[in-house]
Amino acid sequence: MRRLDADEIAPTAYAWPIEAQQLRVRAGRRMAVDGLDLALGPGVHGLLGPNGAGKTTLVRALATVVRPASGTLRLLGEDVSAGSGLRGVRRQIGYLPQEFGYYRRFTVREFVEYVAWLKQMPPAEVPGAVQRAIDRVGLTDRADHRMRTLSGGMVRRAGIAQAIVNDPVILLLDEPTVGLDPDQRLQFRTLLRDLAADTCVVVSTHLVEDVAAACTDVMLIDDGRLVFRGVPADLAAAADNGVGDAPDDGGGAGGARGDSPHERGYSTIMRRHRRERAR
Amino acid sequence: MTGGHIAADVLGRYVASGTQSTSIDADAGWWVVEVHLERCGPCRDRIRAIVESGESRLSTQLRRIRSDLMAQAAANPAPRVVRWLGGIRRWTRWWVAPALLPRLGMTALVVAAALALDTADEAGRFPPLLLLLAPVLPLLGVAAAWSHGLDPAYELVVGSPRAGLDLVLRRAVVALAAAIGLLTAAGWLVGYSPARWLLPCLAFTVSALALGGFVGLNRAAGILAAAWGVLVVGPSLVVARLPVVLAADAWPAWAVATGLVAIVMVVRRRAFVGLASGR
Repeated sequence: MRRLDADEIAPTAYAWPIEAQQLRVRAGRRMAVDGLDLALGPGVHGLLGPNGAGKTTLVRALATVVRPASGTLRLLGEDVSAGSGLRGVRRQIGYLPQEFGYYRRFTVREFVEYVAWLKQMPPAEVPGAVQRAIDRVGLTDRADHRMRTLSGGMVRRAGIAQAIVNDPVILLLDEPTVGLDPDQRLQFRTLLRDLAADTCVVVSTHLVEDVAAACTDVMLIDDGRLVFRGVPADLAAAADNGVGDAPDDGGGAGGARGDSPHERGYSTIMRRHRRERAR
Repeated sequence: MTGGHIAADVLGRYVASGTQSTSIDADAGWWVVEVHLERCGPCRDRIRAIVESGESRLSTQLRRIRSDLMAQAAANPAPRVVRWLGGIRRWTRWWVAPALLPRLGMTALVVAAALALDTADEAGRFPPLLLLLAPVLPLLGVAAAWSHGLDPAYELVVGSPRAGLDLVLRRAVVALAAAIGLLTAAGWLVGYSPARWLLPCLAFTVSALALGGFVGLNRAAGILAAAWGVLVVGPSLVVARLPVVLAADAWPAWAVATGLVAIVMVVRRRAFVGLASGR
């Protein structure tokens, strides 16, 4: 249990923790995010899309690691597209990059402590916050083991621990479930639901099942644009099962592919979008 | 109800139900009590008394546990070694890049190799290699202060509130100081004065940081070292003479150059709060 400060329960002065208008972000020469409008509140927002759709670039922009090429991006009511006033916003952000790198000779506790220091947490709060973060991801018995001795799934969980150590208002997780076994995945979903009450979580993934199970909200992006947004049930409802207006596009059967309604919905929307764009 | 007021046991159960609500139906049963409480001051006072007595029991217990713990902690202060270790760790966090250590080993190797070659060249046919390499030697460590390739957690560091020129500078200063220490020790063995390379070392470090604001610190260090090798080290080995830029009276030029690149570095300080665009 943690004591809440007065400024933590004070009403916020912004409508959305994450708000983007006509956001364009470059990745190399390519415009990886190309005119995206977003307004995200508390909850778990699943970010789905094929490889190269711009998921990672979008998450990097939200983490203020990459500066947008144009458009506005407001985080916690602060305009960060100009690249100024970042420190205050960054203290409220938790970020798990897609390629999560770590210092191999650090223990899990040392690493999470280091990140807490990087996030400018008050020194008196650090030990408790670190222990809480490690407990929440289920690494308590490994807390004093070196990072290099951890398995892939444990490293991922250590990555989640460093992201949540500062009780962020905005939590950005890029492919957090890679390497987790089914049991840990379930645990992770529980953690997500737990966080969703007061945190704006953005989870980028290419596993449709993760989104269906743990997200309050789904966004599909392709080629840097928002293709679809709705609750997971909408995604399932969008599946067309090979009847009606599904002309054969030469890719085999006319019906949407996938083993679950959500997967079928995903592939239906993607195909429809691609067809419209080709016109 | 007795005499128009709520019975004590009912009131007690009402307070208990407030702390462990079971369902909406169960809560609805208290409706009659709540209607009475709205109008009856004395009953509200009795509720406050019940709540406060319960709380004070809990808080006295907590206070006792806390004072016990504090007394124990005061009786057994952490051993001096532990406190020193904590202090060292805090200092390291503040000043040293976690990725610096392997690079320092590399620096030491290069110094040792140059030293060996210099002593092997007894006839003095070539200018001392140690002197020739000294200006760019700190770059090996400086590059580790802020680089994508060398720091595994680079994306986390760059996206943290602590990211910025001040952190880069602190890390670079430590790398520079370590390299200068190694050079001075080696120079003392063969009798070169450290005054010859102090300013060039500083100039190259600042140049790397300034150029790093454009192309990334690692690449900047590589470019500068290669340029120095091709333009100065190579020719002076061919003509077998110490270059003019390393002459004892060249220091004003080095000082001016350092000042100029320092300005560029400060102007480009924004580059150190995000990933370079294009990567």
